[in-house]
Amino acid sequence: MKRVYVNEEWCLGCHLCEYQCAFANSGETDMVKALKGVKINPRIQVEEGDGVNFAVQCRHCEEPLCVKGCISGALSIKDGVIHLDENKCVGCYTCVLMCPYGAIMPGNGTAVQKCELCLNNSCGEPACVKGCPNAAIVYEER
Amino acid sequence: MEKNYVIVGNSAAAIGCVEGIRQVDTKGSILIVSDEPHHTYSRPLISYLLWGKTDRQRMKYRPDSFYEDNKVDTLFGVKATALHPEEHTLELDNGETVTYGKLLLATGSRPFIPPMEGLDQVEKKFTFMTLNDALALEEAITPDSKVLIVGAGLIGLKCAEGIFEKVTSLTVVDLANRILPSILDEEGSKLVQEYIEKKGVKFYLSDSVAKFEEGVARLNSGAEVEYDVVVIAVGVRPNVELAQQAGIDVNRGILTDVHCATSAADVYAAGDCTVSHNIASDQDQILALLPNAYMQGETAGIEMAGGEANYDKAIPMNAMGMLGLHMITAGVYDGEVYKEQNCEGYKKLFVKDGKLKGYILIGDVIKRAGIYTSLIREQTPLDEIDFDLIKHSPQLMAFAKKERKVKLAGAKE
Ligand SMILES: Cc1cc2nc3c(=O)[nH]c(=O)nc-3n(C[C@H](O)[C@H](O)[C@H](O)COP(=O)(O)OP(=O)(O)OC[C@H]3O[C@@H](n4cnc5c(N)ncnc54)[C@H](O)[C@@H]3O)c2cc1C
Ligand SMILES: NC(=O)c1ccc[n+]([C@@H]2O[C@H](COP(=O)([O-])OP(=O)(O)OC[C@H]3O[C@@H](n4cnc5c(N)ncnc54)[C@H](O)[C@@H]3O)[C@@H](O)[C@H]2O)c1
Ligand code: SF4
Ligand code: SF4
Repeated sequence: MKRVYVNEEWCLGCHLCEYQCAFANSGETDMVKALKGVKINPRIQVEEGDGVNFAVQCRHCEEPLCVKGCISGALSIKDGVIHLDENKCVGCYTCVLMCPYGAIMPGNGTAVQKCELCLNNSCGEPACVKGCPNAAIVYEER
Repeated sequence: MEKNYVIVGNSAAAIGCVEGIRQVDTKGSILIVSDEPHHTYSRPLISYLLWGKTDRQRMKYRPDSFYEDNKVDTLFGVKATALHPEEHTLELDNGETVTYGKLLLATGSRPFIPPMEGLDQVEKKFTFMTLNDALALEEAITPDSKVLIVGAGLIGLKCAEGIFEKVTSLTVVDLANRILPSILDEEGSKLVQEYIEKKGVKFYLSDSVAKFEEGVARLNSGAEVEYDVVVIAVGVRPNVELAQQAGIDVNRGILTDVHCATSAADVYAAGDCTVSHNIASDQDQILALLPNAYMQGETAGIEMAGGEANYDKAIPMNAMGMLGLHMITAGVYDGEVYKEQNCEGYKKLFVKDGKLKGYILIGDVIKRAGIYTSLIREQTPLDEIDFDLIKHSPQLMAFAKKERKVKLAGAKE
């Protein structure tokens, strides 16, 4: 399956992917309108270190602990993609407790949020990858 | 009736088992027997149902088509009454006997009700375990209700949250000197208690009900609490009778090996009815938790179908929300303590023998908690990571570059 992979050597730590993510999932068509004055809550997070940066988002695990632990059945595996049914989620955060990557997080409403490779929004392929100026994240089979 | 696989129970462990079996065997016949008359539902969501945060349809643990999709036959509202491992048969209370190839006991737990003087005279008394319990409680309460909950544990407080907006007063009594004693330390309990009290819930701690009189409960301390509805939530006990009568090894819960097999051939057990091995404390205990139940069930299912799986990383772990305040806890609270407390929340990490053994997180500091959970589950030696970095905020930066390549760049281990 195609996943988003990190080339940490190339990451500038510019956080553009976070903005692309927030925009792609905002439901808005205009980036300025979507993000101006908003404290973004992206599903991809850039970690910054001593000369190293990299972006982290859901790994779409083959053995997804979040799905196994979800108390409501809101998380499921759809053709390898780990999918959240926001309508079923009650925001208990058991999945936050379970995910070894810290890749699922409180959302803006009751439900949590996670990367679904932009298959659940109008972008259709990972906006973060498309927007990365340095190919520090790629969308491919490995 | 004859089936390849028979599962007693229809909750998290049972569903895990079906999904485990179907990873290996897509054809074998499966029968689920459950004394609850419902499509599989999420037990933890009964409080959210009363609170109005979900409904009967959305709280289904799996879609309507689940049994059909997985070719599972079901008998709902039917209780299994006797198990004969030698004969490979299970007797049901509808008079039928089922012959099985492999069987899973996923019988869960039930509320413990201690003897309490006058309780038998209380007209509106409830436990809070099943959908039917929740529906009955919902029916009994009115906006004028004064509800008394016995037990300030996880179930008692989830019940309180569920009905909080629907009643006049909520009083919670607990024998322990603090709330949520099974998941919090003293400081944490105090913090959460203050938060809940500000919302208007009243607590009596180090106390219990000495006697129920009409409309008034007299507490051990001498205090009196007016009530019209009582909820008993002082703990749960595993349903082990079927196993016990079948001669299967039981010690409080059903005993299993790492493959979830019991002492009887072809009989497996999973979930709240079993004893788990807590790797954080290296002790056996009952871990009545949904993620554990699911993972045990899945392991059992894979094994029953001839595959290979282990359930060998069990630890206590809870995510608990209470009227907007979230807490996540895991492992055991033993060892050297790292503490942080500020406007973001309250954090305690417990380190022993060079490993993270447990944590308590309350408030906004819950973010990315799973990175800590994984350190406990994997028993990661802390000298292999940058623990100073991770102490303050959980992050993958704390892992060595080689490890990050595995986690984020698809490198093989
Ligand atoms: C209000 C509430 C909130 C909770 N919240 C959380 C939470 O947030 N996180 C968490 O991790 N855990 C939570 N739990 C605990 C969690 O629900 C359990 O750990 C989980 O449901 C266990 O699943 P199980 O399949 O082992 O058993 P159960 O869910 O107990 O199901 C067992 C089923 O088997 C049936 N059965 C038993 N004996 C027989 C028989 N002889 N014949 C036929 N059927 C039988 C029972 O009726 C029952 O339907 C909560 C529990 C409650 C009550
Ligand atoms: N994560 C969650 O949100 C969640 C929610 C509900 C349940 N659960 C799980 O379900 C299981 C059962 O929960 P629980 O609430 O039954 O257990 P619990 O141990 O959390 O609570 C039982 C409480 O009853 C008190 N008690 C015992 N005897 C008493 C008496 N005679 N009078 C007054 N108080 C008394 C205890 O001190 C304790 O506080 C637990 O394993 C829990 O982890 C988890
Ligand atoms: S949210 Fe976490 S556990 Fe779930 S699939 Fe993504 S990375 Fe894996
Ligand atoms: S927060 Fe939502 S998705 Fe996560 S475990 Fe709870 S119900 Fe499932």
